[in-house]
Amino acid sequence: MDYFLTEEQLMIRDLARQIAQEKIVPVRQELDEHNRFPHEIIKAMAQADLLGIYIPEEYGGLGKGSLDFYIAIEEISKACLGVSTTYAANALGSYPLLLFGSSEQKKKYLPDIAAGRKLVAFGLTEANAGSDASGIQTTARLEGSEYVVNGTKQWITNGGEADVYTIIAITDRAKGPRGASAFVVEKGTPGFTFGKKENKMGIRASCTTELIFNDCRIPKENLIAKQGMGFIVAMKTLDSSRAGVGAQGVGVAQGAIDEAIKFAKQRIQFGQPVTSFQAVQHMLADMQTMTEAARSLVYAVARMIDGGAKDISRPSAMAKLFATDTAMKVTTDAVQVMGGSGYMKEYPVEKMMRDAKILQIYEGTNQIQRNVIGLDMIKEATRAK
Amino acid sequence: MHIIVLVKQVPDTAEVKINRETNTLVRDGVPSIINPYDRYALEEAVRLREKHGGTVTAITMGPPQAAEALKEAVSLGADSVVLLSDRAFAGADTWATSYALSMGIRKAGPFDLIIAGKQAIDGDTAQVGPETADMLGIPFVAYIRKIEKVEGKLMVAERLMDEGYDVVETTLPCLITVVKEINDPRVPSLKGKMKAKGLQVKPWTAKDIGADESKIGLKGSPTQVVRIFPPAPRGQREILGGTIEEQVAAVTKKLKAQSLI
Repeated sequence: MDYFLTEEQLMIRDLARQIAQEKIVPVRQELDEHNRFPHEIIKAMAQADLLGIYIPEEYGGLGKGSLDFYIAIEEISKACLGVSTTYAANALGSYPLLLFGSSEQKKKYLPDIAAGRKLVAFGLTEANAGSDASGIQTTARLEGSEYVVNGTKQWITNGGEADVYTIIAITDRAKGPRGASAFVVEKGTPGFTFGKKENKMGIRASCTTELIFNDCRIPKENLIAKQGMGFIVAMKTLDSSRAGVGAQGVGVAQGAIDEAIKFAKQRIQFGQPVTSFQAVQHMLADMQTMTEAARSLVYAVARMIDGGAKDISRPSAMAKLFATDTAMKVTTDAVQVMGGSGYMKEYPVEKMMRDAKILQIYEGTNQIQRNVIGLDMIKEATRAK
Repeated sequence: MHIIVLVKQVPDTAEVKINRETNTLVRDGVPSIINPYDRYALEEAVRLREKHGGTVTAITMGPPQAAEALKEAVSLGADSVVLLSDRAFAGADTWATSYALSMGIRKAGPFDLIIAGKQAIDGDTAQVGPETADMLGIPFVAYIRKIEKVEGKLMVAERLMDEGYDVVETTLPCLITVVKEINDPRVPSLKGKMKAKGLQVKPWTAKDIGADESKIGLKGSPTQVVRIFPPAPRGQREILGGTIEEQVAAVTKKLKAQSLI
């Protein structure tokens, strides 16, 4: 389908595709098997300016919109969702600064992020605070000119690898949702260490760790936005990133389809390629139709965000929900189309299927997305009355 | 540092046909790319610039469409480009090409280092590098696989040899050719591609670079291609290890086995 992308968007797509083919595809299986962080690939992506697509030009980025960024995410996801998770989480971590950072904070951090000199991670989730973000236990206590941070963040993508961390901590428990605040913490700050590296089912090229704060003192200037705005920062950050997870879904789904059809064309059974069987044709047709529908939704939401739409919670939740449920179904079907070969590690689709599962879980489970969508529908219906 | 990179636009495939009457390449209809070895040269130049500062200039001689190769060089990190393009350059052999390049380089201004690929994949002569160095009167080192250091007017580098490598020290400015072992070339950058897209490449003519007309193009080309043939394959070779005594014993045994002694 033709989405009437601009010349620059096509340039981004071709470049991301080139990196995917030249730098990612040859090593993705090894990264997956050895749980290895893709330092070289991230460096290549940084050299190609892909890490600064969505960062304003005044901070050394390309100043492009969500669609431009999602196109890059989609292409990288086609090749390896582990690499793309590292890439997308970098954006997730930088959104609090981008959306709410002071001009000093932006000047201090964004140029290094845009150039890929520094990676970023976003720290919200805790052992008792996943879907229910109000369960946050990590605290930040103001003492003179410093905040003292205590607590443990869990399952943080880019943990240990990132240099900059944007985290949410409770500054005043009595105030409930208005008692959380967002902070930026730099790696190397005394009292800030990393816990165990998780051994995951998929996206194994990405790094997931605990962040441990033990009387970690950070300057007062590291507060993002105002004290008490932590939940707003977190929610707006997730609103901005969610459709990007949808783009990951579109990418991995398309990657799986491409592998499945390539295989099916040359797999001979009953004396003919299996693509000559309607059973296989219909599966492939459904896979591509679902993926194209997901892509259309993701791109439409991206264009909405880029057009300056204010309330993007529902659309971005829908894009995330539909594209990632699609990714799970399509990657599973890709394994089915390829049969026994699809189940083997000689082919990349078993990895794609393992990788795809996380998309339904992270950055808000798809059940939470349905909550967001449903509640917004009810709110709208109530307003209309 | 001002680093100049010699770039050649070549056909994208080994499937190029040869005109048997003229013994030259038939290039029509074959897509063109930057000579792959020149990608390593350009990457090394960009890395040196990132380390030491300065500028990278890519230079090529060719038809007007060779500007595309220079645009690609910009997308890969070159700061500026020089296109030598003039009907008078047509039909040049390596000698006339090297002369034109040397004149273009003189016009491009003072430089510290010139890097080229070890050879081009179409002609495979590996002559333009050394000939250009000679015409510029600067040192030349071939087959560089690693630049160890650049300090002031001194460069230390490793030259790939059939067995192992040499550590070479040379003064700057000089011209080196590089092998693919030297680096892993990056993909283009978005900023580079955007810059390349808007780039207007104004060619320099023979007159612009003050070239002597008798030394360029077909007129300045003494080469005649008499015959084209693949080189005879090298025989099996083996390097013996161990002490001198062990090596002598091994050689003796092998020679005896072949009934040579």
